[in-house]
Amino acid sequence: MKFLKDRILGWRPQFQKGGKYGRFHTVFDGFSTFLFTPDTVTTQGSHIRGGMDLKRTMFFVILAMLPAFIFGMFNVGHQHYLSVGEFTAVGEGILEKFLFGALKVLPIVVVAYGVGLGIEFFIASRKGHSINEGYLVSGLLIPLVMPPDIPLWMVGLASAFAVIFAKEVFGGTGMNVLNVALTARVFLFFAYPTFMSGDMVWIADKPDTYSGATALANSIKGNPGFCTTDMFLGFIPGSIGETSKLAILIGAAFLIFTGIGSASVMISVLIGAGIMGLIFNAIALNDFMRLPFLNHYLMGGLMFGAVFMATDPVTAAQTERGKWIYGLLIGMMAVMIRVFNPAYPEGIMLAILFGNVMAPLIDHFVVQSNIKKRLARA
Amino acid sequence: MIFAFFLGMCSFLAVSKNVNTAIGLGAAVIFVLGITVPINWLLINGLLKEGALAWISPSFAEVDLTFLAFIMFIATIASMTQLVEMVVEKFSPALYSSLGIFLPLIAVNCSILGGSLFMQERDYTLAEATVFGLGSGVGWLIAIVALAAIRMKIRYSDVPKPLRGLGITFILTGLMGLAFMSFLGIQL
Repeated sequence: MKFLKDRILGWRPQFQKGGKYGRFHTVFDGFSTFLFTPDTVTTQGSHIRGGMDLKRTMFFVILAMLPAFIFGMFNVGHQHYLSVGEFTAVGEGILEKFLFGALKVLPIVVVAYGVGLGIEFFIASRKGHSINEGYLVSGLLIPLVMPPDIPLWMVGLASAFAVIFAKEVFGGTGMNVLNVALTARVFLFFAYPTFMSGDMVWIADKPDTYSGATALANSIKGNPGFCTTDMFLGFIPGSIGETSKLAILIGAAFLIFTGIGSASVMISVLIGAGIMGLIFNAIALNDFMRLPFLNHYLMGGLMFGAVFMATDPVTAAQTERGKWIYGLLIGMMAVMIRVFNPAYPEGIMLAILFGNVMAPLIDHFVVQSNIKKRLARA
Repeated sequence: MIFAFFLGMCSFLAVSKNVNTAIGLGAAVIFVLGITVPINWLLINGLLKEGALAWISPSFAEVDLTFLAFIMFIATIASMTQLVEMVVEKFSPALYSSLGIFLPLIAVNCSILGGSLFMQERDYTLAEATVFGLGSGVGWLIAIVALAAIRMKIRYSDVPKPLRGLGITFILTGLMGLAFMSFLGIQL
């Protein structure tokens, strides 16, 4: 370890200003601090030391996503073998299923990371600032919200669009208005709808005779078509990371426990969705409205969005009261879009983007009302 | 209106620097849209349409004056804008001065003329026309206020130099359009 460190840090002079590879000093810094603790220290003035830097925060989020990710790989394989009629029981052929899923999912991850990080490195060396770690999370989120059959070039295109237009034009990590991973998904959703929705894309290499409809698509007829346990554990077709609510809940617990994800956002999204579901149950005009509201939690990406997307600390509302309003808004919008808008079965994606757009406004009004309250007290 | 057809962009981009001004202009737009669309509906169906003048004398039944629709619409809108301008100047001089030229420019705001033209093209009833006018106004208000809040937030962002100001706002408008796509195609 010592040897490696000396060796790599020994290259540093070449990467400094005026050195042979001076242009790439940001890339070098990015990698060396990723591998080792930075050896720069503050020389003067007081400063606060915290264990949580951006890198570690991002890494914790990735850890939280791992259960959903690993289960996602397994489920891609499981759904495939289910559709061709082999290994139909969950417990059979676990290794084959896992390998099949890994072969499908890992290339998507590699492409998403490669394209996104490439752009990020390029811009960082052009602008001469250090590389931000924000993309580590987005790069894993993008594959998790894609259907398993997505062509790889689309993943690359969407990652590029999202990184450039949702993030870099606003000044990089921490400045974006819309969630980067969701921008990638919504871009594909509107640009190539046939690859992002319908019944054909949710199971990898599926024979045409097998119905691949998701629970949400079935629900328009009033019945999800899968039993509750399967929907909770995730043995259903869907985007790679969204199917298993159990894995997502494990991630959510981890995020809340480490204090990274905002519990108030997660809870308020779920409450909002529940309220809207109950209202629709009360109106009950069509089959979808009559669907018991608890099913909304189990279908589609509502849970995934609530835990990993809506809680994005950059794009969510910043104030505590704002977070509750923001979450409620997202939850209600998500169920409303699902029920009202047959063209877009997945409401949570657009609902979170809508929440992202509205978040600064919510914050503005919360801050204004706080100022007014203080003034009244004084 | 703004995100589905990208109408009314000029004041949308120009007045969205501050939330409070944006609310003021949005309210003015709601008012003007909510009044002009039904008035224009009355004008069309009472005066301009083929056979609409039959109540004066049967010999006018053949007359079709719809080619005058544009001028009539613009006249109504301009007079309503004058009215709003006078009201705002009287009751809120601060808002009046912060809106500046963009208050009278509501008269040429494409979303307002667009509202009337859509109303004509889609053959709304009077009630539908009123709701349509008010609804598009409210949508425009939400959009401009949200944009204003975002612009106040990204004032601290390190936006690349060539994109500062209008450039980033155009990109933002596009991204917001994506987010508002959820409302397209809602079926009740």
